[in-house]
Amino acid sequence: MKFEDEPVPGYPLPILPGHTSPGRLERVLRSGAFAITSELDPPDSADPEDVYRRARVFDGYVDAINATDGSGANCHMSSLAVCALLTRVGYAPVMQISCRDKNRIAIQGDILGGAAMGVANMLCLTGDGVQSGDHPQAKPVFDLDCMSLLEIGRTLRDEHRFQSGRKVTFAPRVFFGAAANPFGQPFEWRAQRLAKKVAAGAQFIQTQYCYDVPRLKSFMQMVEDLGLLGKVFILVGVGPLRTAKAADWMRTNVPGIHIPDSIIKRMAGADKPALEGRQICIDLIQQVREIKGVSGVHVMAYRQEDTVAEIIDRSGALDGRVPWYPGRDALTPTLKETA
Amino acid sequence: MYAVRRWSVRHAGALEQFYKAFERVVVALDPVWRTVGYERLEKPVAALEKLVKGFLFDCQMCGQCALSSTGMSCSMNCPKNLRNGPCGGVRANGNCEVKPEMRCVWVEAFEGSQRMQEGRAAIRVVQIAVDRRLEGRSSWLKVAREQAALKAEAAR
Repeated sequence: MKFEDEPVPGYPLPILPGHTSPGRLERVLRSGAFAITSELDPPDSADPEDVYRRARVFDGYVDAINATDGSGANCHMSSLAVCALLTRVGYAPVMQISCRDKNRIAIQGDILGGAAMGVANMLCLTGDGVQSGDHPQAKPVFDLDCMSLLEIGRTLRDEHRFQSGRKVTFAPRVFFGAAANPFGQPFEWRAQRLAKKVAAGAQFIQTQYCYDVPRLKSFMQMVEDLGLLGKVFILVGVGPLRTAKAADWMRTNVPGIHIPDSIIKRMAGADKPALEGRQICIDLIQQVREIKGVSGVHVMAYRQEDTVAEIIDRSGALDGRVPWYPGRDALTPTLKETA
Repeated sequence: MYAVRRWSVRHAGALEQFYKAFERVVVALDPVWRTVGYERLEKPVAALEKLVKGFLFDCQMCGQCALSSTGMSCSMNCPKNLRNGPCGGVRANGNCEVKPEMRCVWVEAFEGSQRMQEGRAAIRVVQIAVDRRLEGRSSWLKVAREQAALKAEAAR
């Protein structure tokens, strides 16, 4: 999708009326296109090239790349730094902000800093408990929860002030998102919680892994009944499973992940489980696309990020669109020059 | 105590009615509190509040009680201090991700809210960030002071 008002390809776009950010993700969503996002596995290294290498595998297939913030409570390069590296070359990152490691002073500083470096999308999360990660001896902060974080972010952007009331001279222009788990307990309250997030300031949602389309459908029905369609863009989380055993381990050991038996059976019966896992993912993308109120998918392929391009390509979800990436538009002028 | 805490959620409706009456009395006594001095009362009242609410709810004395909005399930018992609903990690049996032996504070909260009159709607309202300065202070006195001030404002 080319935007003709793009000053330098990939750089922040002029903010259109009704938009809150200069980002491409908001543009794509508001234009009605089916948006694709994915997640970058942040390196355990201080080498920027590690970040760029991990971003390049998505080139031409995603509208935005999530930079996780110590996901699973494991230590990695910070989301702010990953985002800063990505915006340098024009990528559109989604900066994840977790409440686990920082208090409101640090977080508000990061929102300003991220926006100053061109981060247009921020995802407000509570974060996993420290017990699930590689530093269980750490102090969990949780000064805010995802809801009060959204509220504080929105105040910064719309009212130009910190939570303390002190003014900021140039507000961060950000598209704020939040997570949702349509498959977690208590089911009947999940849509209600989403409504609260929208009220607190969430403009887009990326959900937990979806492997159960009927349950997603009933969740979306509740979302519709609460009058939320049109008020928030919902990107459904999907991802390829590797083996039946891994899938079974995931659903038993990772709280909040729900994988129905039918999926496990399908994986177990396959000759090439990895291939079947990708096929399931493709089927899921095609199925969730048909659900009213679904605006895109968030493809999470942890440690198998190189499969994302193939999955998106085969799913046909981009409708022939080529999301911007560094160098996408460089090809044509270069050819002209040689001629 | 965990068992008492869960009893309180099962009796959220009755506790809501009781608290409403109690709050009216506490607010009505504002002139008394003012005569004695709110600051002088802070320590003894906070100690009493901790005793009562600690017994009934495992109250953590955040100093800005939201029990009326959380189905009488104290959300500060959530290991992530969530004040606006459950995280995505609630186990299939409705227990906590961090403390597997404990029922999710928010699963409890939603059940409790269904037994309440105003609590039913109150749980849907966004709770803003906690003011950590109020930790250990009395919520009752805070309510008395604020409600009395509001009343005086309205009377003017």
